Amino acid sequence: MDTVIHVEGLEKSFGTTKALAGVDLTARRGTVLGLLGPNGSGKTTTVRVLATLLRPDAGRATILGHDVVAEPAAVRARIGLTGQYAAVDEALSGTDNLMLIARLLDMPRRAARVRAAELIERFGLADAATRRVRTYSGGMRRRLDLAASLIGRPDVLFLDEPTTGLDPRHRNEVLDQVRALAADGVTVLLTTQYLEEADQLADDLVVIDTGRVIASGTPASLKADVGGQRLHVRPLHRTDIPAVSTILAGLTDEAPVVDASGELTVAAHEPGLLHVAGGRFDEAGLAIAELGLRLPSLDDVFMTLTGRTAEDAEKQATTDEEVAA
Amino acid sequence: MTTTAVAPGTTPRPPMPIPDIERSRHGPSTIRHGLTLAWRGVVKTIHSPEALIDVTLQPVIFLLLFVYVFGGAIAGNTTEYLQFALPGVLVQTVVFASAGTGVGLAEDLHTGIFDRFRSLPISRSAPLVGAIMADLVRYLTSGVIMLVLGTILGFRMHTNPLNVIAAMGLVMVFAFALCWVFTALAMLVRQPRSVQGIGAMIMLPLTFGSNVFVPSDSMPGWLQAFVNVNPVSKVADAVRGLLTGGPVAAAATTALIAAAVVVAVFAPIAVTLYRKRA
Repeated sequence: MDTVIHVEGLEKSFGTTKALAGVDLTARRGTVLGLLGPNGSGKTTTVRVLATLLRPDAGRATILGHDVVAEPAAVRARIGLTGQYAAVDEALSGTDNLMLIARLLDMPRRAARVRAAELIERFGLADAATRRVRTYSGGMRRRLDLAASLIGRPDVLFLDEPTTGLDPRHRNEVLDQVRALAADGVTVLLTTQYLEEADQLADDLVVIDTGRVIASGTPASLKADVGGQRLHVRPLHRTDIPAVSTILAGLTDEAPVVDASGELTVAAHEPGLLHVAGGRFDEAGLAIAELGLRLPSLDDVFMTLTGRTAEDAEKQATTDEEVAA
Repeated sequence: MTTTAVAPGTTPRPPMPIPDIERSRHGPSTIRHGLTLAWRGVVKTIHSPEALIDVTLQPVIFLLLFVYVFGGAIAGNTTEYLQFALPGVLVQTVVFASAGTGVGLAEDLHTGIFDRFRSLPISRSAPLVGAIMADLVRYLTSGVIMLVLGTILGFRMHTNPLNVIAAMGLVMVFAFALCWVFTALAMLVRQPRSVQGIGAMIMLPLTFGSNVFVPSDSMPGWLQAFVNVNPVSKVADAVRGLLTGGPVAAAATTALIAAAVVVAVFAPIAVTLYRKRA
């Protein structure tokens, strides 16, 4: 049984807002499935349905063959959930938080203590184990939260934006832990709005927008779908941007996109474009700091699939949510 | 030295995360898990003393204010008033404290910790049962504080210890019933501040519109009618009887019936709302 998470035609509405409009996805054992989309696209709703916290209006979802609606108890026994908000008790110590979950999972006191200590150690919280969570930093809370969802050695782990609000160092720590878990055979469903994070971590990706799957596949295949390579040019002097832009437009019949850092990007349909462009810049006496070909980023993927940036989609979704609330 | 067993590297992790945790099961799971969650509530209360204020300092201030500010005017002298008011203040204290249960639950709903509880293979109502069990400990604490303070101030019990225990028991049963009202309220409005506000709107008429502080004789007829059917009055009457002597049976029976009705109505509402919306 290789398929661990199987979702078909999942629908869910809140009032008149359709949060999920037919989501399909599949996750294989021991892999990380990235559920990617802007805020309000239905990521959290999907996770809440899979974690048996919400009943879907239509469609079917199974975890290890157990239906989330018909057999919630069987599902709950196999899953771990780390939600968007650190679901730990501020008034308890780190160890007590883990002990609480262990005891609720019917572990005997002694085994619970051993398991809690093991996870405290693994998540680098040993120094703060007896301190109340109120005194923890955001990163520590997240790590404790992740530890709490691992107490029962779940087969399936749901991580709903596990790195939101973390600084880069803590973000990488959490990502490393997720990688280690998948290597151990845990199936991870991770939602994120960071395209880069999904790219780094996920074996498979599902891109959703307004409650609908708009693309799925491996990060590499998604990028390939969006089109070939892109040429990136960064002139040494920002004053040269118009001149560089004119040359690129002349070579590709396409106006290059200029980002805030002064980098110009254009689709590289012709295989020799890199070489030709380099020659033209030389001839024109333009000093170039960076020049190269790259696969499209997931930002490009999102832009191509939806015709808008992830940020715009989010703004729209936020307005929808406010209306729904 | 259990820690030696978990030194890094000495416990080989199984290659696949199989459900290999030991499990022990004793008794019905709702109660067992409820008790575990009640432990959390009690530890939480001990760790955040500010959460104890509404069951300690607040009733103490109430008692002192009423006895020494109004006591003389109402009963002629403070000693006699204390004798009349203490049993009622005991009831009023737990009514106020039971509203705290609702506020606490509404706060939990916002931290996401209930999502975690609900994603665990435990009974859905265990978190509610746990919160209420933990709060019964708080109510008992405040009841004992009231009795001790009252005794120091000059309150005299004229009955035997069994009656005193019965009085406390009755107050606890009533508090248990009421906290389902505030639990249902918390599940309905979900904002801790709103629970607090609406809770006060329920508690103030319920406690002041009773014979807790003043005998109902001096009140206008329509108010007397309310006071006489107010379960708080009945509980106060029964507790007075149990602590200082006098009739108990009729008031206690009415109070217990009222408590049973409140639980029968509000517990299902609270549990249903919790399952649906939490």
